[in-house]
Amino acid sequence: MTEELIIAGFGGQGVLSMGKILAYSGVMEDKEVCWMPSYGPEQRGGTANVTVIVSDERICSPIISKYDTAIVLNQQSLDKFENSVKPGGMLIYDPNGITHEPTRKDINIYKIAATEKAQEMGISKVFNMVVLGGFLKLKPIVGSEFIHKGLEKSLPERHHNLIPQNEQAIELGKGLIEPVHVL
Amino acid sequence: MAKELKLMKGNEAIARAMIASGTDGYFGYPITPQSEVMETLMAEKPWETTGMVVLQAESELASINMVYGGAATGKKVATSSSSPGISLMQEGLTYLAGAEIPCVVMNAMRGGPGLGTIQPAQSDYFQSVKGGGHGDYQLYTIAPSSVQEMYDFVFDAWDIAFKYRNPVLILTDGAIGQCMEKCYTRDYVPRWTEEERRAKAPWATWGKPANRQHNIITSLELDSARQEVFNEKLQKKYREMEEHEVRFEALNCDDAEYIFVAYGTSARIAMKSMELARAKGLKVGLLRLITLFPFPKKEIARLAKQAKGMLCVEMSAGQMIEDVKLAAECKIPIEHYGRFGGIIPTPEEVLEAMEQKIIK
Repeated sequence: MTEELIIAGFGGQGVLSMGKILAYSGVMEDKEVCWMPSYGPEQRGGTANVTVIVSDERICSPIISKYDTAIVLNQQSLDKFENSVKPGGMLIYDPNGITHEPTRKDINIYKIAATEKAQEMGISKVFNMVVLGGFLKLKPIVGSEFIHKGLEKSLPERHHNLIPQNEQAIELGKGLIEPVHVL
Repeated sequence: MAKELKLMKGNEAIARAMIASGTDGYFGYPITPQSEVMETLMAEKPWETTGMVVLQAESELASINMVYGGAATGKKVATSSSSPGISLMQEGLTYLAGAEIPCVVMNAMRGGPGLGTIQPAQSDYFQSVKGGGHGDYQLYTIAPSSVQEMYDFVFDAWDIAFKYRNPVLILTDGAIGQCMEKCYTRDYVPRWTEEERRAKAPWATWGKPANRQHNIITSLELDSARQEVFNEKLQKKYREMEEHEVRFEALNCDDAEYIFVAYGTSARIAMKSMELARAKGLKVGLLRLITLFPFPKKEIARLAKQAKGMLCVEMSAGQMIEDVKLAAECKIPIEHYGRFGGIIPTPEEVLEAMEQKIIK
């Protein structure tokens, strides 16, 4: 099993930390992982993205151009990465702020209204975990007990009291994701 | 500090390995894409635990000369920077090599020339293994291609540096520095005691006992005849490194008709290209160079007798290829494929280059 994933959105949406939690969970399940952020002359409010690879085997390139899954959380990221999904792969997007829907017919497309739901429930800080839950519902590449361990490892100890809230958000996301176009 | 599995950035691995390997001092000046080295050291505060000194110097020139001063006393002293900063350090590096001072320097290469970009590149190969500074000297140059190797090679670097009394360059790039991967950390190797230091670096300036002459650290010799003898001694040391310290990893090379030659990030990309090629039924292997000096000449010469062609993959305009061609004595077609300026090639385009330039 090798899952090559990109998560992209605005800076501040928790894109990098979502990737980090997924990567750490993979480590806890004794998988090979690689987490590669886009780094560069970025600006506040600009886009942020991270590539995460989780695999049972040694990981080759940390830099890839085609993904099994793209999770896109704003219009710029959708525009940029829709065409980078491998044929037969998966695109997950949050419809918040999306004006041009994805158009590809050779991939599986799902949406998750995480921004709206998180705002409604007053849990905007764990918005990224809602999205992660949606992804894990479709591709349970890491077991939930390892997600728990991944949260423990990646969150500083003073924030460990927030782990249940994060896990609830993941569960919420699992129920929130809905198909748009399925092969 | 027991052996532990962690997820960390390559730059962080360098910093943690410095602490764990009993490094005495780090002098650096921040530059992207390796600022996390000093950030990690400052956050870890090793001066409170192991007694390691961490200091932000006022410039790269100051850093490398602080390394020179500290390392001349036989202490394990290191620095790190990225391409433009490493260029500034070249004078210090040739002095260190000329005075035979062990030290560890890390270069996280970025796109050049000049200030260039902050994205990954491999265009400092010539500077690293062909001199950089003036004079006939070599840095032992080792190129990690994973976070685990970033960590492990710091330990190896200290062994080599003191075994040969020579500066060691860990040559990496922004991609390996910035990505997070699994890393097994090691038990803490205690910093040397005064007695150990005197035993391991009898040549160093740690004070003069009554029973011997002064230890003098210098790269100056005004007598040409003596300077020639000294140069011969250096060359002998480099030949010994070529004999005993070459490192590489050959993947799928046993039956390979076509071979990628690459190091660092490029080797990781070529590994994926190799997988794609094998899936297409093409007999493609990868020779991943780990030491760039000493260069794996013998292995390349051996593979050149077996393979039909080689593609050198490098994030440069083609620098390492010169050494590959020399080692292979141009017996088979050897071509270069590279991107530069901070652009990282994709595995697909690397395979396409192999098919178009070599397999045809």
